[in-house]
Amino acid sequence: MTDYSDPQYRAARLKKRYRAERRFRAYGLAAVLSAALILVFLLSSIIYSSLPAFSHHHVRLDIEVSSDYVSAEAPADGNYLGMVRAALRQQFPEVTARSDKRALYQILSIGAYDDIQKRVIADPSLIGSTMSLYVPLSDDIDLMLKGLIDRNLPESERIVSDRDLQFVDKLLSEERIRSQFAIALFTNGDSREPEMAGIRGALSGSLLTLVVTLIVSFPLGVLAAIYLEEVAPKNRFTALIEVNINNLAAVPSIVYGLLGLAVFINFFSMPRSAPLVGGLVLALMTLPTIIIATRAALSAIPPSIREAAMGVGASRFQVIMHHVLPLAMPGILTGTIIGLAQAAGETAPLLMIGMMAFIVDVPGDVTAKATVLPAQIYMWANNPERAFVARTSAGIVILLTLLLVVNATAIYFRRRFEKRW
Amino acid sequence: MVNSEASEVKIKAREVTVHYGEARALHGIDLDLNANEVTALIGPSGCGKSTFLRCINRMNDVIEGCRVGGAVSIDDQNIYSDEIDVVELRARVGMVFQKPNPFPKSIYDNVAYGPRIHGMAPSRAQLDAVVEASLKRAGLWEEVKDRLDAPGTGLSGGQQQRLCIARAIAVNPAIVLMDEPCSALDPIATAVIEELIEELRRDYTIVIVTHSMQQAARISQRTAYFHLGNLVEHGPTQAIFTKPENQQTEAYISGKIG
Repeated sequence: MTDYSDPQYRAARLKKRYRAERRFRAYGLAAVLSAALILVFLLSSIIYSSLPAFSHHHVRLDIEVSSDYVSAEAPADGNYLGMVRAALRQQFPEVTARSDKRALYQILSIGAYDDIQKRVIADPSLIGSTMSLYVPLSDDIDLMLKGLIDRNLPESERIVSDRDLQFVDKLLSEERIRSQFAIALFTNGDSREPEMAGIRGALSGSLLTLVVTLIVSFPLGVLAAIYLEEVAPKNRFTALIEVNINNLAAVPSIVYGLLGLAVFINFFSMPRSAPLVGGLVLALMTLPTIIIATRAALSAIPPSIREAAMGVGASRFQVIMHHVLPLAMPGILTGTIIGLAQAAGETAPLLMIGMMAFIVDVPGDVTAKATVLPAQIYMWANNPERAFVARTSAGIVILLTLLLVVNATAIYFRRRFEKRW
Repeated sequence: MVNSEASEVKIKAREVTVHYGEARALHGIDLDLNANEVTALIGPSGCGKSTFLRCINRMNDVIEGCRVGGAVSIDDQNIYSDEIDVVELRARVGMVFQKPNPFPKSIYDNVAYGPRIHGMAPSRAQLDAVVEASLKRAGLWEEVKDRLDAPGTGLSGGQQQRLCIARAIAVNPAIVLMDEPCSALDPIATAVIEELIEELRRDYTIVIVTHSMQQAARISQRTAYFHLGNLVEHGPTQAIFTKPENQQTEAYISGKIG
């Protein structure tokens, strides 16, 4: 038997205890550091690979808006592609063969004429003048200029042919090529051409979907939680409801998609691929999160506040509205934001209702066809063109930014509610 | 300090029983409480004195599984009858709790809350007057008049409890129930509250639960001794403390049990 009164024994024990505490602290610190390191690595690799998507190389062309290509009566019907190609040909008078001409046109983006078309339609008086405009180059040329395609490789191993290189070098030597901020990434809808593909369609789709989700799930969730926590009698039936709500939070999200397909689209004949249906499905998915968080927030309010209010003659409704709910608001908002952030990153349930789709137009309202950010990212990741690699990462960066904005808003509102007391 | 003048009976309890689920907490209490007197309810922990207090403003109603039997009448009207609206009743019977529990709002809003929800002071000027009068009655006005917008939770414990008293009397109740109002306070704050209770007695009927024999002796005109859910003895405070009729009462008062 050890003698506890032995000072040596006690000193040894004390030392051991301090060692254990130091070890424990070191483990914790290591855990935090490795988590932070992984996060930094993840973010920096995504941001780094997204950088090429935010700029694009353009070439300056002197476009002659001649009446050969467009008439003042119907500016929308003009042959703007021909107009731009003619301007490009001007730079290369030596190119005359038909096949060479076709190769020359390939260095321009499909969307090279968008800008001039918009300008002329907006202002038909431009017809007859010559405009100096920067038009986008094709994605492969752009990648080569960014150094992502090695021009020193043998021709057979790279997408850009030697002939293309000659064209580009000539334009470079005339200082007609420059890199611009890729505004198309933010203003365009989806496209098969990487340099024309933008996030705006998916971003609008995501925002519309989230608005529907919030409008449906927040009031429903909070009211359900208030009823269950404050009003409902505690009996078998409410216990059953409680168990079910807790279980719903663990249901795989694709099941909600199937439900949405069966109920909203097949039964209620709502439109396919619409943010309305997507929002409803995600609202169902978010409801348990909001209900559970709200109930937790409500039950955390000390009973003394309720008693104080009842003691001066507040009705049950007044106790909830004047005291309990305002005090629980920060917790409720936190739960709502967690639910919404989850919904914003969800793809599986939307797959079932047709929101994983190639949709070029930017949705204007909740019944228009739309896709969402995570679906867009997934679809871009599936495209074979190399320029979509950067686009995919850029999509992720934009999705993360959206989540960050949503979270920041939540924190702002939470602070405001807390400040009132 | 016995009030010798014949007081009218304000609160009449008859055969009051309380069950928490299966457990019976009060076994048929018969007790009359006089108007404009301070009645102290004393007894060891778990004897049912707080439960009885909470019967008077039906605060027990909100406790899950709590059933109240018998009758409690205020001014000869049974408050457990169907015609009584609980909200309206609680405006007439104010309550001060063991732990100071001001709302996490400003001092002004704490006091103004009751008058606001009952529509007692429609204009801002009237509300201001009610708040000032209530804080003055609670002896807190001088200390807080320059910071009515400060949070009520920022006051000291004794001030918070006086704020709670001001909040309770702002709706002008006839009865004020106090559930060990001084148990969380130091002797100085306790003395201030006790003075206040003596002062309030002129306008209100006060029922106070206390664990302090000395406090009961100091501030009350009548004392009721509870033990294990029974009312053992009640009568003028002086009589209870000097020559109790029941042995249990004597044992408790002299510190042998409890």
